[in-house]
Amino acid sequence: MSEKVLMKGNEAIAEAAIAAGCRHFFGYPITPQTEVAAYMSKRMPKIGGVYLQAESEVASINMVLGAGAAGVRVMTSTSSPGISLMSEGISYIAGSDVPCLIVNVERGGPGLGGIQPSQSDYFQATRATGHGDFHMLVFAPSTVQETVDLISDAFDLGDKYRMPTMILSDGLLGQMMEPVVLPEPKDPTDDKEWSVRGHQGKRPHNVVNSLYIDPAVLEKLNFERFEKYEKIKETEQRAQEYLVDDADIILVAFGASSRIAHSAVDAARKQGIKAGLIRPITLWPFPEKAIEKHVGHAKAFLSVEMNMGQMVEDVRMIVARRKPVHFYGRTGGVVPTPKEVLQQIVKINGGEL
Amino acid sequence: MPKVTVDNDRCKGCEMCVIACPKEILELDHSITNSKGYHPAHVTDAGKCIGCGSCTIMCPDCAIIVEVERCPRRYS
Amino acid sequence: MAKVMGERPKALLDVPLHYCPGCTHGIVHRLVAEVIDELGVEGRATGVASVGCSVFTYNYFGCDMVQAPHGRAPAVATGVKRARPDNVVFTYQGDGDLAAIGMGETVHAAARGENIVAIFINNAIYGMTGGQMAPTTLPGQVTQTTPYGRDPATAGNPIRVCELLSTVKGVALAQRVTVDCPKNVRAAKKAIKKAFEYQMAGKGYCIVEVVSTCPTNWGMSPADSIQWLRDNMLPYYPLGVYKDVGEEGEE
Repeated sequence: MSEKVLMKGNEAIAEAAIAAGCRHFFGYPITPQTEVAAYMSKRMPKIGGVYLQAESEVASINMVLGAGAAGVRVMTSTSSPGISLMSEGISYIAGSDVPCLIVNVERGGPGLGGIQPSQSDYFQATRATGHGDFHMLVFAPSTVQETVDLISDAFDLGDKYRMPTMILSDGLLGQMMEPVVLPEPKDPTDDKEWSVRGHQGKRPHNVVNSLYIDPAVLEKLNFERFEKYEKIKETEQRAQEYLVDDADIILVAFGASSRIAHSAVDAARKQGIKAGLIRPITLWPFPEKAIEKHVGHAKAFLSVEMNMGQMVEDVRMIVARRKPVHFYGRTGGVVPTPKEVLQQIVKINGGEL
Repeated sequence: MPKVTVDNDRCKGCEMCVIACPKEILELDHSITNSKGYHPAHVTDAGKCIGCGSCTIMCPDCAIIVEVERCPRRYS
Repeated sequence: MAKVMGERPKALLDVPLHYCPGCTHGIVHRLVAEVIDELGVEGRATGVASVGCSVFTYNYFGCDMVQAPHGRAPAVATGVKRARPDNVVFTYQGDGDLAAIGMGETVHAAARGENIVAIFINNAIYGMTGGQMAPTTLPGQVTQTTPYGRDPATAGNPIRVCELLSTVKGVALAQRVTVDCPKNVRAAKKAIKKAFEYQMAGKGYCIVEVVSTCPTNWGMSPADSIQWLRDNMLPYYPLGVYKDVGEEGEE
């Protein structure tokens, strides 16, 4: 399909996965992403794929582990409380080096929270998804089109590096409708030699496992995995820069809040304030290089998020007290307005609110 | 006569074979201690073995093998 | 011409088993491997290892193996089977894994009629962690966490899994067996073989519950454990076929 279609974010997630050759979806309803499952339930049977509504998110992520271990492209989709339930499964998936795609359409938290968008799962996605030392590749789209493009990349990179990948979306991106060009569909391949698809008597058995009782063996495995992560940090960082080269005040924002920050930057520029925006596209690996590049000329940074201050810690770590790093956040499902963000820029610039 | 062979290294001296043997001709051999510290089983009276294989059925460790010559009249 | 009995089946790798002396896990491993050999399916089998004393089954079975989190083996097996419908997929689970933390996954895999085989080792105790109460621990049974004997008033009642699952449409076979003597070991193997055959015929979820011993945590010799099993477990967990769509006809 190369024509433009108007699609709801959640449904575009499903179509993009199918175009990437994914034929296995296991999930559970939760607002605001239930449309992903509902759409998959209609589409998968028509293309010979598998849609299975699991009994819980715990079961979903374990089905993902099984299908991923068996060598197929597989995904699940949920929202914040569901990721908490999947925490154990994701740790096992990472510890077993199984690729898969997990979509988190974030909502307000903690606890049952709310159903409106938030970005309060940043720490969970980049630092604390599950027990043990591991990372997922985490992507933060800011448009429906970007969601589609990043899903394709997520499957490819997940397979390449044998690790779980995450699309960190939010209720705003999930529910909005935007024009989208879908990629050329890829057929599923079956080329994972390490998978547990049955040895057919032609090789020793494969074991997909995360248990290593011998500490020396487990340490070595962790070291090797982190060497892989270092390579990924070198080569896979992604960010978009908007009017940053001459900026005094650099905003850092991802996902839906980056769209608001973008508008605020435009408004600031109209007032003569040299504002710019660095928009991380990979949250892990965090685009350190993009920020480091501009610390010299920036007067200040402003992190704009829909949480109580999470990504700002990564910005602060990179800036390392060389310049002031400010934070502006709304949470609970409240979405900041460009006007509020502009006021913050003006304040930092020393002007009147 | 049936031939019973115990793998002394795999046997854990659990006595499942001892209690299963209908002829009660299996016992632990306390004069042998294997590398894991167990006393393996052994046949006390080979002449009484009927080759039923009950010991092999009850062994959790595939540590006992029984070979029986088939009666040529029946099995040729 | 000699008949040789007791040889290790091909689908059981030539590795010493780590189980305690007299633990019936060893017998059941051998039976599962013998069935895999007889059906000739090792090349297209995928086993799902669970968490408990049997956590190392991935070292023992010769087919491809995947390790599941505690209780989640039925869900992992579902993922494998839906990705590889032609594979023969089985789980091997203890009483905590299948009936405590994994009860939800068990019941739902059964209700989906998931074409997998669950080998369920019921020895009324948690072995690997040192002998705590299990969902199948008997009333009055002393364990590390029921030091005065299990009191149903505070610690709940034991769960009879075969009976429970027999009410679930989607279950093709629910059979309780034991391995206390050669006759019962032979019957257990027949049940396991039937379960695998049912899977290959697409009949649905099969569970073979094997009433088993745990000499170490029961605090008795293997021989005494066999007797304890007969005296205490079999009256509470009667052997038998609780559901068999092959006999009763498809629903």
